[in-house]
Amino acid sequence: MNRNIKVKAAVIVIVILVCVYGIIGLPKNKAELMANWRKNIHLGLDLSGGTQLVMQVQLQDAFKANADAVIDRLKSELQKDSIPVTSIERNDPNSLETADKIEIVIKGIPLAKTSVFRSTVSEQDPDWILTPINTTDYKMTMKPSAALALKQDTMSQTMATIERKINALGLTESSVQPTGRSDAEAELLVQLPGVDDSAHIKQLLQTQAVLEWVEVKDGPYANRDEAMAKHGGILPLGTKLVPTVMRGGQQSWYLVSRAAVVRGTDIRDARASQDQTGRWETNFVLNQDAAKKFETYTANNVGNKAAIVVDGQAIEVATIESRISDTGRITGAPGQEEAADLALNLRAGSLPAGVVYEEERTVGPSLGADSIREGFRAGIAGLLAVVIFMLVYYRRSGINATLALVLNAIILVAALSYFEAVLTLPGIAGVILTIGMAVDSNVLIFERIREELRAGKAVVAAVDAGFRKAFATIVDTHVTTVVSCLFLFIFGTGPVKGFAVTLVIGLIANVFTAVFVSKTIFDWELSGKRQVTALSI
Amino acid sequence: MELFRNTNYDFLGKKWPFIILSLILTAAGLISLALKGGPRYGIDFKGGALVTVTFAQRPPVDKVRAVLDAKGLNADVQEVQGKQDDIIGINVREDTALQAARQTIVDSLDAAFGQPANGKTNINAVGASALADALRVPLQAAGAGLSDPQLNDLANNIMEYRKQHSGLIRNLDDLRSVPGVTPKILDVLKQVTYPDQLAVVSVEVVGARIGAELQRKAILAVLYALGGMLVYIAFRFEWIYGAAAVIAVFHDTIITIGLFSLFNKEISLTVVAALLTLVGYSMNDTIVTFDRIRENLKILRREKLEPLINLSVNQTLSRTVLTSGLTLLTALALFLFGGQVLNGFSFALVCGIIVGTYSSVYVAAPILVFFNNFMESRKHPSAGASGGPKVPVAPKAPVAPKTAPVASSKGSKQNVRGGTAKVK
Repeated sequence: MNRNIKVKAAVIVIVILVCVYGIIGLPKNKAELMANWRKNIHLGLDLSGGTQLVMQVQLQDAFKANADAVIDRLKSELQKDSIPVTSIERNDPNSLETADKIEIVIKGIPLAKTSVFRSTVSEQDPDWILTPINTTDYKMTMKPSAALALKQDTMSQTMATIERKINALGLTESSVQPTGRSDAEAELLVQLPGVDDSAHIKQLLQTQAVLEWVEVKDGPYANRDEAMAKHGGILPLGTKLVPTVMRGGQQSWYLVSRAAVVRGTDIRDARASQDQTGRWETNFVLNQDAAKKFETYTANNVGNKAAIVVDGQAIEVATIESRISDTGRITGAPGQEEAADLALNLRAGSLPAGVVYEEERTVGPSLGADSIREGFRAGIAGLLAVVIFMLVYYRRSGINATLALVLNAIILVAALSYFEAVLTLPGIAGVILTIGMAVDSNVLIFERIREELRAGKAVVAAVDAGFRKAFATIVDTHVTTVVSCLFLFIFGTGPVKGFAVTLVIGLIANVFTAVFVSKTIFDWELSGKRQVTALSI
Repeated sequence: MELFRNTNYDFLGKKWPFIILSLILTAAGLISLALKGGPRYGIDFKGGALVTVTFAQRPPVDKVRAVLDAKGLNADVQEVQGKQDDIIGINVREDTALQAARQTIVDSLDAAFGQPANGKTNINAVGASALADALRVPLQAAGAGLSDPQLNDLANNIMEYRKQHSGLIRNLDDLRSVPGVTPKILDVLKQVTYPDQLAVVSVEVVGARIGAELQRKAILAVLYALGGMLVYIAFRFEWIYGAAAVIAVFHDTIITIGLFSLFNKEISLTVVAALLTLVGYSMNDTIVTFDRIRENLKILRREKLEPLINLSVNQTLSRTVLTSGLTLLTALALFLFGGQVLNGFSFALVCGIIVGTYSSVYVAAPILVFFNNFMESRKHPSAGASGGPKVPVAPKAPVAPKTAPVASSKGSKQNVRGGTAKVK
C-alpha cells in the first residue's frame, strides 16, 4: 500500500469514527446505545408526535393599554394643574396593522392654558407627540421609536410569560420562539413535543390572566342595562361595570372601582388546594409592598364587598370578614383543574396582550410512530433492492457503491446530530433525494469506467479516467442543487428550509463518499496486485 | 452484467410523438386545473381544519358526515384505505370559527360513536401525567398504593402500549400484558377509566391568512430556486442550456401538479417538499445529459448538433435507466408501503421520476436543437434548414465506425457523421 492511500484511508477512518461518535456516543451497553441514539437524533413533531402552535400576539392590546395609562395620568395631572378639559379619548385600533395608529384626542383646553398644558404633556409623556387640531383641541400620536420599543417589549414579555406557563406545566422540552418570518413580527411558534391533548393547553396559554382585586361599589344587577339605568346612564367617576363568570347560565353585573387594590403583578406565589369540605380553591401570597397596602385596605373595609376580577370577569365577589395581610384565596372553582390553572396563570404572570391561534398541528404519537415505522420499512426495502441490484450489476464494484451509500447515510445522520437539526418529513424527502443522487454518482462513475475499459484502456487508467470525467458531471449536478437549496433556505418557510438543509448536508457527504472514498477503495484494491488485467465491474 | 451496450436509438428522430404527448399531458393537467379552479390545496395552503380520527369499529362514512352536518359543519370525510381511520377536513374562512370547529368535531363524534364517560377518564384521550393523577388516590383506596416514580412508570407503560396500538386501547383487559399492571391495578383502572372507541390521531388547524402566506412563500422559494439554477447552468454551459433545463423542470412540475389535479389529490406542504425533490432530480438528470453533450461538442467539433445529442443520450442511456430505475424502485416502495402520511409525497416522487427522466431527452434536448436550428437559419437565411423544426436527416442505422470516438480525448480518425458510439 503506498503512502498516499494510507493517508486517505486514515482520513476516512477518522471521519467514520467522528460520525459514529456523533450518533451513538460511547455506549457501554445496549440500553445506553439506544438512549444516546434517542438523545442525538432530534425528530420533528410530525414524526415524534406533539403539538405545534403558531400564535399571533395582539399588539394593539398593548397599545390601547399604554394609551389608557397615558389618559389616566393626563386626567389626574390636568386636575392637579386645574386645567379644565371637555374630553380625552382614544381611538380603537382593532388589528395588528393599525396598532401603531393609536391616537388620543383631547378636547376643550382653554386658550389661556395652552402653554401650561403643552409643557405638562411633554413632561409627562415624552413618548408621544402632541399636535394641535385647532385652538382648543389636540391630538397625541406615538413616536415611531417608542412604538417599536413597545412592540418589542410586548413580544418579549409575551414570550417570557408563555415560557413560564409551559415550564410550570412541566413540559421541559417545549420551546417558544418567534416564527422568524420577516413580515410576521407578531407571531410566535410554540412547540410542545409529546403533547397530544392540546385543547387544555391552548386554553391555558391563551388566558391573559390579568387579575385585579377591586372594591365593589354597587350591585348585583341582572344585566348591564339595569346597572346603567340605576345610575342615570352615566357611571360615577372612577368606576366600571364587570360581569361575573357564567355559572349555571346565570350572570350578574357589579359596579366596581376602576383602580385596583391588588394586581396580578403583586402576587408572589399561588397554589391550588382543597378546603375542609373538599372544594378546590386557589391560594395566593402577596409581595411585601402589596401586603402592606392590602392590610390597611382590608382593615378599613371590614364588612364591605370586594371582587376578584380576572380578564374582565369577576370570578368571585365576597364580603371582607377580617383584616388580611399577605395571603388570600379565591374560591368558587368548579374543580381541581380550574383551580390549578388559575394558580399557574397567576404564578406565570399576565400576558401584556391577547393571543390568537393561527395554526395548530397536533400529531398523535401513535401516528408519528406509525409513519416512522412504515416509512422506515419502505425505505429499507427500497434501499435493499438498490443494493442487491448494484451487487448483481456491478459485482465487486457494487460493494464499493454499497459502502459509499452506507457511509453517506452515516455522515448525514451524524451531521444532523452535530448541528442539532431536526429531522422532519420534508427532511426525509431531502434524504431520499440524497440517496437518489448518491446512487446516481456511483452509476455515473461505474458506467464511465466501463466505457473507458471498452475503449481499450488498462484497468488503472480506466478507473482514473472514469473518476476524472464523471467528477465534472457530479460537480455540476451537485452545485446546481446546492444553489437551488440556498434559495430555498433563504426564501422558504419551515418545512422547505428543513428540506434544503438536509439535502445540502447529504450532497456534501455524497461528494466525499462517492468520489473520495470510492476512489480510495479502488486504488487500494488495485495497488495490491502487480498487474491488473480485469476489474470486477 | 450489462443491460445497454452500444445502444444506438434515434431518440431525437422520433421526438415529435413525444413532444406531442408532453403537450397533451401538460394540456390535460392545465385543463383539469382550470376546470377545478386551481390545484386542490390542502389546508396548509387554504386554511381550515383537518382531524384524523381512528375508530375501533369504523362507522360508515355517510353516518360520520351526517353527524357533522347536523352540527352545521360542512365537512369532507374520507376513509383511510386499509385502516380504521377517517380523515375529516373542514374549510372554514374565519379563524375564530376554526378553533371552535375542531372541538365541535371531536365532541360530536364522541357523542355519536363514543361511549358515555359516566364521570370516568377516557384512557384513549388522557396524557401520562393526568392518568397518574387520576389513579393515585383510587389505588391507595384499593390498597395498592404506588410511589410516584412507580405510578409514572405505570402511566408511561400504558401510554407506550397505546402508542404501539395505533393510539387506541379497545378493551381495558388488553392492558393485562402491560408491565406493572396487576389484576388489582386493572380493577382500579376499570373503576376510574374507560376505553372510548375512537381517538383523535392528528389535528391540523391553519388560519386562512397564514395559509395564503405559506402558499405565496412556497411558490416564491421554488421560483427563486429555479432562477438560481438557470443562472448557474448558464454560467457553466450556455444560457440556452440553462433555459432548456429550467423549461424541462417546469414541464415536469406542471405535469405532476396536473396529475395531482386529475387524481384529485391534495397539495400539502409535504407534497411541496416532494415537488422540490423532483425538481432536483429532473435537474440532475438533465445536467448529466448536457454534460455529455458539452464533452462531445469538444471532441466532435464538426458534428451536427442533433446526431451529437443522440449520441450523448445513447452514451448516458445506461446510467439514465439505471439511476431512474433504482430511484423509482425506492419511490415505489414508499408509495406502496409507506403509509398514509407519505402517500401524497411518494405519489409526487413516482410521477416526477418518470416525467423527469423523459423530459431530459424529449424536452430539454429538443429545445437545444430548435434553438440551434433557429440560429443557423438566421446565419444562413437561404440554407435548407430554415424550414423551421424539420430535423436534419438523422441516421436510420448506425454507420458503425470501427473505433470509438467517445472515450478517446484525442479524437483521432473519427467517422463523425455516423455519430454513434460503437465500441468493442
